[in-house]
Amino acid sequence: MQETSQHAVHQHAPPTSFIRKHVFSLDHKVIGKQYYGLALVAVFIGMVLSWLMRIHLAWPTWPIPGLDKLSAVGAPGGVMTPEYYLSLMTMHGTIMVFFVLTNAPFAAFGNYFLPIQIGAEDMAFPRFNMMSFWTTFVAFLVMVTAFFVSDGPPISGWTAYAPLSAIGKDAGPGLAMGQNLWAISIAIFCIGSLLGALNFIATTLDLRTKGMSLSRMPYSTWAWFVTAVISLLAFAVLLPACILLILDRTAGTSFFVASGLVLSDHLQPHSGGSTLLWQHLFWFFGHPEVYIAILPSIGIVATILPVFARKPLLGPRATIGCMIAIGFLSYMVWGHHMFVSGMNPFSANLFSVPTLFITIPATILTLLLIGTVYGAKMRFTTPALFCLGFISVFISGGVSGFFLAQPSLDVYLHATYFVVAHFHFVMAVASIFGVFAGTYFWAPKMFGRMMNETLGKWHFWLTFIGVYCIFMPMHYLGMAGNVRRYSAFVDDYLIPLIPVHKFITIAALATGAAQFIFLFNLIWSRFKGPIASDNPWEATSLEWSTSSPPPFDNFGGRHMVVYQGPNEYGVEGSDKDYVMQTSPEKIVTR
Amino acid sequence: MGKLFAVVVAIITIISVAIFVMHTWWMPIDVSTNGPAIDRQMDDTMIGVGVLFLAGQLVLAAFAWGSSNTSSGRKIKIFPGGATPLVAGAIILVGLEVLTLTFVGSKAWGAIYVAPPPADSMRIDVQAEQFAFYFRYAGPDGKFGAIHPDKIDDGSGNYFGLDPANDIAARDDIVVGSLTIPVNTPIWLTLHSKDVGHSFYVRELRVQQDFVPGLEIPLHFTATQTGKFELVCTQLCGLGHYNMKAYVEVVSQGDFQQWLKTQAGQ
Repeated sequence: MQETSQHAVHQHAPPTSFIRKHVFSLDHKVIGKQYYGLALVAVFIGMVLSWLMRIHLAWPTWPIPGLDKLSAVGAPGGVMTPEYYLSLMTMHGTIMVFFVLTNAPFAAFGNYFLPIQIGAEDMAFPRFNMMSFWTTFVAFLVMVTAFFVSDGPPISGWTAYAPLSAIGKDAGPGLAMGQNLWAISIAIFCIGSLLGALNFIATTLDLRTKGMSLSRMPYSTWAWFVTAVISLLAFAVLLPACILLILDRTAGTSFFVASGLVLSDHLQPHSGGSTLLWQHLFWFFGHPEVYIAILPSIGIVATILPVFARKPLLGPRATIGCMIAIGFLSYMVWGHHMFVSGMNPFSANLFSVPTLFITIPATILTLLLIGTVYGAKMRFTTPALFCLGFISVFISGGVSGFFLAQPSLDVYLHATYFVVAHFHFVMAVASIFGVFAGTYFWAPKMFGRMMNETLGKWHFWLTFIGVYCIFMPMHYLGMAGNVRRYSAFVDDYLIPLIPVHKFITIAALATGAAQFIFLFNLIWSRFKGPIASDNPWEATSLEWSTSSPPPFDNFGGRHMVVYQGPNEYGVEGSDKDYVMQTSPEKIVTR
Repeated sequence: MGKLFAVVVAIITIISVAIFVMHTWWMPIDVSTNGPAIDRQMDDTMIGVGVLFLAGQLVLAAFAWGSSNTSSGRKIKIFPGGATPLVAGAIILVGLEVLTLTFVGSKAWGAIYVAPPPADSMRIDVQAEQFAFYFRYAGPDGKFGAIHPDKIDDGSGNYFGLDPANDIAARDDIVVGSLTIPVNTPIWLTLHSKDVGHSFYVRELRVQQDFVPGLEIPLHFTATQTGKFELVCTQLCGLGHYNMKAYVEVVSQGDFQQWLKTQAGQ
């Protein structure tokens, strides 16, 4: 029942050499898997860093076996120094935000599935696509190199506030070569992200197959498209900001350093710079980055949930509208990170209002997902559980935003563990739950084999309960005024809170260990899992109209024609309860 | 599986809310004129958001429970009225909550940060550096000496870079390592940073304000109770950030005048 069109012609021939096929490949599917692999390596590095930090916070005098091998100076005898704690914290945040939360839900899944979901044979610019991955890979290598330089990794946090990040070794350990590598790595990362964003936008606008109108695009494709637009504008600001930071550090400029600063008993030679300028530029990128991390996962969940609910997503147009609204508003709210920064206090209200208003589309999206669960005949597979888990953690992370969006409450909660709880729930955990849902859902398509459901469910339950044990208590710590980014708790009022930190550490170790179930399942299933059929989940979008895994040109020479939206589940009067996007059959009733 | 999910979500939700309601870990006592408005705003937000959290999680749990009935005779059900009532409800309810929080909250914010300090405020300079706070009182002449960054020298205790040899106003300035203030007196701090960004955070005073290198940042408050409170740095400033602290001692007017006299005599 499938027609074909002569819409698109594949732009490059299948490669034959190993290097062109698996390393410097132009194939978007290989590049998507490369991004996924990079994110997987990065997330386990980031997770181990968080383990080390958590152990140190709970038991600061415990020697951690092997840590002195990583850095004899940073952890003599296995006990980390305060500066090494800050180094690990900086690297954890940077690796997780850039190389995991940006790469996995957007670059990895987007690269693999956006072209297939719109019926294209590849991205619009395959060479740019290859360059964007390898540029990102180089950025990762540069970042990881910071672990091995003599003065250690940077200690200025993933936000790299100037002038701490701009001055150099006078500001402290880790702020010489380590901080240089950080700034260079992020600048390179920006270039890769910009190339990727351009590609996503051009591909979505130009390469949709016949019948694939914008309104028929799956929600995941919509999310990747909106995210690409956000990325284009966000990384275009962070890139010059990083270049200015590098110039301040190496060329004697003073973009971010004011005059008259004295560090290590040296009057610094800088003059005339603005320390708040870095914060404005960084957060102009940094807040949209939150949506770069979460929007793809919202799109992934909105795509996957109806498959297992066996009913259409509630409010498809509202869902797309809310994603666009969030993308638009994300550029008006960066100042809410700076309420107490010393910027003009009048502007706090101007940033607070759109921040609070962004909760409206976010609430609508959440309600539409919950409404989709209503009356469903849910197939409780692992991806379905992670979709439901996503909704729960997104609610938990979202509601705390109401507090932090208000300047008068931020006065108390700013820079406390309340903030750590908020952004981990809403940005990190929710985004990762979307990635887990996407992995269990799409692995059969990507690798041609099903993942193990029993292991998947164990992974879900341990992770779901675990993240609540880790991050919910952080709200309580924040209410008690527990400041974040402390390598030890020596203040009188913080000492009674240490038992809560011990509980969180135990939960973090257990939840982290559960991730090895996922890793084992992913690798084992890749080689030993049951063979996947073309459409094992009975889903409608175009990737399920081709083989598992898809051929080099995605559809084996066929040019797909689309007749339906992606939302045709729970259909009556058909031999199945769903209608594929490529099926021309008329839907009578639902 | 849906029923298990519902039960787990419900248990997590109830435990999470109960700990908030019981105030097991909570804000310390408020000792400032800023505090009541902030605490009221916190309570109002906590109630509104708590209801949203509770409702969202429990409705999700209930729907997940219901969706686990996959008997072949049951038809799927579309949410009554479709998406429109949910969208409209979210816009109206969340919109109203947002507007309320904005208007009420902006008053509390404005009182601390937008309103000018009272004219009779007592002025104190604060210098932050890696990893200590120093406080400067104008001394008997009521004037602060000028700051010269090139004269800053921690070794000789010249934390503010004063030039008493050439600057008469600087000669009687009192520089100490803890902040002593009189109760019920408006205090007007001017925050300077010698090196990198720092922050001034005293939980009991409900104030937090960054030090910005190169800028003089004003901050004002009035303490309403005597006592000794911890001032900590909340802006990442380097390896000793965790240990950058000082004490704020709020004393009676009489004790303060006595303390000032003692310091001026030293």
